[in-house]
Amino acid sequence: MDLFEYQGKQLLARFGVPVSPGEAVDTVDDAVAAAGRLDFPVVVKAQVQVGGRGKAGGIKLANSTDEVRQHASNILGMDIKGHVVRTVWIEKASDIAEEYYASFTLDRAAKKHLGMVSAKGGVDIEQVAEEDPAAIARVHIDPLVGIEDYHARQLVFGAKLNPTARSGAIAVLKSLYRAFVELDADLVEVNPLILRPDGSVHALDAKVSLDDNAAYRHPEFEALRNISALDPREQAARERGLNYIGLDGEVGIIGNGAGLVMSTLDVVNQAGGKAANFLDVGGGAGAKTIANALEVITGDPKVRSVLINIFGGITRCDLVAQGILDGFSTIDVHVPVVVRLDGTSAEEGRALLAANPRDGLVPAATMLEAASRAVELAAEGAGVSPGDTSGGAGKSSGTNGQGA
Amino acid sequence: MAIIIDENTRVVVQGLTGREGRFHALRNREYGTKVVAGVTPGKGGTDVEGIPVFDTMVDAVEGTGANASIIFVPARFAGDAVYEAADSGVGVIVCITEGVPAHDEARFVNYVRRAYPDTVLIGPNCPGLISPGKSNIGIMPGEITLPGGPVGLVSRSGTLTYQAVHELTQRGIGQTTCVGIGGDPVPGTGFIDCLSRFEADPDTRACVMIGEIGGSDEETAAAFIASEMTKPVVAYVAGVTAPPGKKMGHAGAIVSGSKGTAAAKIEALEKAGCRVGRNPSEIGELMAEVLKSI
Repeated sequence: MDLFEYQGKQLLARFGVPVSPGEAVDTVDDAVAAAGRLDFPVVVKAQVQVGGRGKAGGIKLANSTDEVRQHASNILGMDIKGHVVRTVWIEKASDIAEEYYASFTLDRAAKKHLGMVSAKGGVDIEQVAEEDPAAIARVHIDPLVGIEDYHARQLVFGAKLNPTARSGAIAVLKSLYRAFVELDADLVEVNPLILRPDGSVHALDAKVSLDDNAAYRHPEFEALRNISALDPREQAARERGLNYIGLDGEVGIIGNGAGLVMSTLDVVNQAGGKAANFLDVGGGAGAKTIANALEVITGDPKVRSVLINIFGGITRCDLVAQGILDGFSTIDVHVPVVVRLDGTSAEEGRALLAANPRDGLVPAATMLEAASRAVELAAEGAGVSPGDTSGGAGKSSGTNGQGA
Repeated sequence: MAIIIDENTRVVVQGLTGREGRFHALRNREYGTKVVAGVTPGKGGTDVEGIPVFDTMVDAVEGTGANASIIFVPARFAGDAVYEAADSGVGVIVCITEGVPAHDEARFVNYVRRAYPDTVLIGPNCPGLISPGKSNIGIMPGEITLPGGPVGLVSRSGTLTYQAVHELTQRGIGQTTCVGIGGDPVPGTGFIDCLSRFEADPDTRACVMIGEIGGSDEETAAAFIASEMTKPVVAYVAGVTAPPGKKMGHAGAIVSGSKGTAAAKIEALEKAGCRVGRNPSEIGELMAEVLKSI
């Protein structure tokens, strides 16, 4: 779960990372009032979970109430790379002597925590990583031991930070690491971490991403969740406990297991179609889950056909088949549904579907056949041939049905 | 031969009395796996369809001579279960549980690797592994496999593993061992651990490796294949058309460079001499060709 800057800063502050005082507001009037409680100059910062907001005009300095009003009204509602700004963070402006980069994350390959610090912060750090990798100091930390002072020293000396910043930076790094572990974060990143003219080290931004798997031991996570940013289809899926990502195509996809679902997307693409979504019902899905999934998918007006691709392991295909039949009886399934069942209890599942035929319910023997059928049916529904809908990206592999 | 588990593997089920533990343990036993014990604290002395239940792993190992464990406990207890299994001395630990917090995982994976370098931890968040005809430890449907080799299979994805095994079996190509290493950030066992075992296994003549987008494990495995593997590898990577995940912050990109996309992984694997299928069906087709040529 990715947090907004202001949420991240408020969390980091609890661990002793110095941040500027500020307030998160969602109206222009509240922005003006908040600025009045801080000292001018203040900074008006768009709260969006996407990089490049400064360049997009989402961060502005204000020296007066009028300027706060002007900037806040420009920034609230602004669209930054598809993210609409609903909240701005008003914070007291900082004097900046130098800008650094600092982060802690998990290095999957090394199976260790990784701390990174650079004296070249503020700018595009990924570019620094590419062009001047030596400018980023890196230290691996054993998760069973945790951070010791020497790790922080190694980062600070390794990055050749200004000697004035050393002790402040070491303290910030230790706090940041503690936040990383105790919050169950996947990432804590501060860019820029600034050195102020008075020698203090201070976090001017915060990117914190929390591990949803650890939510059970952090009751405070739920309040941080940004439901409003979700696509309405994603919101409906989340309410039903489904792992769903909305896409732009016309073939609705339901599968079990992320790998198989991704592979299904690929195969639909190869058959000349485009997936409308990624939907993983997970392991051990019962009839109710399948019926819910069908409801979410068929509620998407772009969907012209549905492909259900299940390879049962922990999931039982007879329950999946029951869920499909339940869906057909309880909701309006107005598009064809192609079903491929294999694995645990597949024969029972296929028999159940065969014994209960429904209009628009199309069984398929293999994954490739199912994908081709779903793409054909989607094209028939849309009145164009599969090749036309994919921008020529693929062709219907080995099938003769080219739709209407 | 098979890798990691075979007919001599004696498995204890941590969480045997739970719904999933019971269902899959009985399926594994039906397949022929030696399921010798269960562990559920407080239920020692009872049994599940004749499988004796113990309160602790130490009791279960002492009482039955178990040398492997499979974990079906909820995510919040998974770390505890892995530590208990490792300290009980079993040589193979298969953690099926999904949703384990990444920080817990990073700790227990490092612990097991360091304190018990010879112990194989598979998972968490994995379907387990099967040496067809010998032992099935996990949730894979055993009936889709074909005993006798000559293919060893390793996969990051669960259901995609079944699909791939199914493609091989449909063409009459058997398997020595199929390992689902799981898709979590810090898996106990990786591609290279399995590929090097397959390379050393005389009955395995070729390997299938199934990856997916994210991380850089496929690229690292490709480098290993290029320098260390004499046996051919057929690969598949899911997620060619997956939307680029909106990744927050820069640290991930700095760590992995440009890696992580399916295209980059496929390129690395092809450069390493692997045949890479475009869809799961092609895994079977390509393997049939490869086996003819060796």
